[in-house]
Amino acid sequence: MNMRNKLILAAMALVLPVISMPVLAQGAVADKWKWVSFSVFAAIIGVTMFVTYVAAKRVKSASDFYTAGGGVSGLQNGWAIAGDYLSAASFLGIAGLISIWGYDGFMYSVGWLVAYITVLLVIAEPCRNIGKYTLADILAYRNDPKKVRIVGAISVITVSTFYLTAQMVGGGVLVKTLIGIDYEISVIAVGILMLAYVLFGGMVATTWVQIIKAVLLVTASIVLVILVWSQYGFFGDFLNNVINDPKVQARVAQILGDKAANLSPTELGRIFLEPVLLFKSPIDQISLGMALVFGTAGLPHILMRFFTVPTAQEARKSVIWAMAIIGGFYVLTLFLGMGAAMKVGAPAIMGVDPGGNMAAPLLAQALGGGGDTLLGNFMLAFVAAVAFATIVAVVAGLVLAAASAMAHDLYVGVIRQEHVTSDEQVKAARIATVIVGAMAIAIGIAAKGQNVAHLVALAFAVASSANFPCVLLTLYWKKCNTGGIMAGMVIGTISAIALVLVSPNMTYPKAVKAAAQKVVDGEAAKRTALDADIASGDAAKAEKATKAKGALDKAVAKAKGDLEKFKDTNTSMMGLEEPLFPLKNPGLISIPLGFLAVFLGSLLYRDKRAEDMWDELYVRQNTGILAAKATAH
Amino acid sequence: MAQASQLNWAAIDADPRFQRLHAQKLAFLMGLMIFSIVYYFLLPIGAAYFTDLFKKQIFGPVNFGLLFALSEFIVAWGIAFYYAVKAKDFDEMAKELVREAEKIGRK
Repeated sequence: MNMRNKLILAAMALVLPVISMPVLAQGAVADKWKWVSFSVFAAIIGVTMFVTYVAAKRVKSASDFYTAGGGVSGLQNGWAIAGDYLSAASFLGIAGLISIWGYDGFMYSVGWLVAYITVLLVIAEPCRNIGKYTLADILAYRNDPKKVRIVGAISVITVSTFYLTAQMVGGGVLVKTLIGIDYEISVIAVGILMLAYVLFGGMVATTWVQIIKAVLLVTASIVLVILVWSQYGFFGDFLNNVINDPKVQARVAQILGDKAANLSPTELGRIFLEPVLLFKSPIDQISLGMALVFGTAGLPHILMRFFTVPTAQEARKSVIWAMAIIGGFYVLTLFLGMGAAMKVGAPAIMGVDPGGNMAAPLLAQALGGGGDTLLGNFMLAFVAAVAFATIVAVVAGLVLAAASAMAHDLYVGVIRQEHVTSDEQVKAARIATVIVGAMAIAIGIAAKGQNVAHLVALAFAVASSANFPCVLLTLYWKKCNTGGIMAGMVIGTISAIALVLVSPNMTYPKAVKAAAQKVVDGEAAKRTALDADIASGDAAKAEKATKAKGALDKAVAKAKGDLEKFKDTNTSMMGLEEPLFPLKNPGLISIPLGFLAVFLGSLLYRDKRAEDMWDELYVRQNTGILAAKATAH
Repeated sequence: MAQASQLNWAAIDADPRFQRLHAQKLAFLMGLMIFSIVYYFLLPIGAAYFTDLFKKQIFGPVNFGLLFALSEFIVAWGIAFYYAVKAKDFDEMAKELVREAEKIGRK
């Protein structure tokens, strides 16, 4: 047995006991049924580890490590893109949003699909035709390689780190909520697994892990939706059932508060299928839409996938497959979310996780027969395991993207000036993978308990404001040059981050304290009303009031905690009492700024070489002349 | 296969067949791109500023907003399909250039 096999076995030996050890902490799965969860988890880990073991034998050169030797087919890559893209946020998050907010949650999902039109029309094929391993390879084609590789790599590492942190923290919380494993242990388990895939199997294993995950995700969703339809009917009947569902009506009444008083139950139900329950600021939605539609094309881990196929035609095919899978998935999510709103109900969903992330898993449990049945728990365990695979697959893609920027762009390109042997390149890639992986685990643990939801939005903001303008203009604008790329990368990144730092995403102690004070002040009156309900003798009313009392206790405890926590501070991390910039999503401002920076930078810098190389780049990106052939090795 | 530095790219760029490919492709892509972006942003704009229209019942439980959101998926897939068909023409035009690259671009 060689060294590599031993290491893979060692990684498995480390992970399996972690996930199969008996735990006392509470999760969505009852202790009695945890063995079901662990069996499903172990099966998925076993299969992906076997794939890694096989893949490890095929990874010999840098091209194998970064791009699977360019030998991935369009269909395979389409599934892998879906697996790379459908993060836990979109799988669990959007179903959750729909289950709690109805129509607005569904509207939110649209931008995630439309984003791929940009990728398909202007990015995928040109990048395949002139690119090699990384985003900076495209930028370096006709610009000063050293300079653009440095700014390109920094931007790639920044975007990937934001995204990675959100995934690690989100993943840790998710696994903890689902099966009760400690947060730190789940972060380490995710980290070690992902490291094993990338380190040994490079892009070959990463691709297959992403394909397996996407197939599992789609299968699970189809099964759940068929079960939902069998209970609530297909399209028209289904929507009628949503409108007439008492849980849905109660949820809308709760959101509307006093405004719901004059509405009939059917009217309340209808509102669930209408806009503006959730999104109050249309400008913010448009800003987010811009970040999605332009940012996806600038996400390094997505761009990297186009280097794994042999030709532009296969790259095109892969985006079309990805759009079919991703779009189909979001349509299914509509039924999952609405199904969860009826079958489980918003209060129960938010009881486990206020953001709604548990909607799909709880729906699975309920459809299988509930928390006391084998089938119910098997289905919950299966969805939980799919969610876990989801996180690991996305994280693997991100780590590979960041490691390639570090090893291929910074080390090989800048420090060694391309004077390296093939073996040295692979070694550098593996060392960078370990560095990024260790960093991801450390950040994941350090960021415990932080609100990281806005980090995904931030990753998209930087990708759309820095990476996208630079890649687009170097491909399509003759005068674009090194000066423009440097200016675009720096200004795009800084403006996106700076705007988020002064936006409502940050915590403003003054506002938090004011809200907390209101809860504390209102406590006494609410308590009296609830006590009256309990004493009223009406059993149903009393039960409801007892539950509400529990929620009130929790809210008051949290409010008191907040008041104590921010006792001595009045300003945010940036020293602000209130947000300077009103939008949560900076795209509306930072994307035009990024483009402007590329234009101005290019015009001021003047670079004859970039213009001389234009014919070559433009002809190649359009025709694919000299594009690297598949299986070049 | 030739190296990039051995080909006269300016000559290929100037070839009328490439110019035709470039002009047709660019016009097609820009048109489709603008259409898709406009159509997408009609959704959040409509939901926010034309709420009454979005709430309008079209048939049974289905309102305009729901239909419009679903149409976004159909349109996105339609654009992808339309592009895939049209791109085959571009592939054909490019194929000739790839085949003759060394002849046209001989230095």
